[in-house]
Amino acid sequence: MDLLERFASGDLEAFEALFQQHQREVYAWIIRIVRDSGIAEDLTVETFWRIYRSQARFDPAGSFQAWARRIATNAALDHLRRDRRETELPADLPAAVCPDSAVQHDVRRKIQQAFQLLPAKYRLLATLALIEDEPYNHIAAATGLSANLVKIRVFRAVRMLRKTLGAMGITPGAAS
Amino acid sequence: MKPANHRDQHSQDERDIRGFLKEGLPPVANTELSRDLWPQMLEKLSRQSAPSLWPARVPWFDWALAALAGAALLVFPGIIPALFYHF
Repeated sequence: MDLLERFASGDLEAFEALFQQHQREVYAWIIRIVRDSGIAEDLTVETFWRIYRSQARFDPAGSFQAWARRIATNAALDHLRRDRRETELPADLPAAVCPDSAVQHDVRRKIQQAFQLLPAKYRLLATLALIEDEPYNHIAAATGLSANLVKIRVFRAVRMLRKTLGAMGITPGAAS
Repeated sequence: MKPANHRDQHSQDERDIRGFLKEGLPPVANTELSRDLWPQMLEKLSRQSAPSLWPARVPWFDWALAALAGAALLVFPGIIPALFYHF
């Protein structure tokens, strides 16, 4: 019996082996959505808890990686729905790109605020598509939506962001 | 021609917002997990698997429905035979 079959039949050792194999990848996916290392760790554990609970529904012929990513995306989405209060970037999160010095602190804060005002499902898609540059088909696979629907929702998110930023006195096209 | 113009406008919008967002919310640089989370996982497994004195979590809406059904039975006991007939 292979690892996935053992896991599907409820073997805890098989679950531990899968946890060790995939925890880094699941964490790396979640942190790109929630942008906070502590929350990403908690959600990684929550994801594997959900995986453990639904092990009987897992098809050993399928991809564990894809299944885990989908569950991780749902866990991250649930978190975004619960927590809409946070408006600042966590201090412990290093930036990949050094922000343009010309961009004022106030403008950055407004961008973050406008982003936080997006409904959770749009924020998730916009984070992955517009900030993390994740291909639409990867996002579609992780969310269970079609690639077309992902595109439509990202487009709606862009429209909402433009409107909110406009109300804050910021015009993206003109500012960049 | 009009749809193509709209498409161009949409992609221009997306490019503008994309660039703008990255100034306020740069992509996450460090996606490496710094520690093994298995001990936390084990703790959660043991916590969640421990027998609870309280029954499994039931949403408030289900409790409300159960209360309503109970109240209906108390107020209109005549519906009890009708329910037995249907079930």
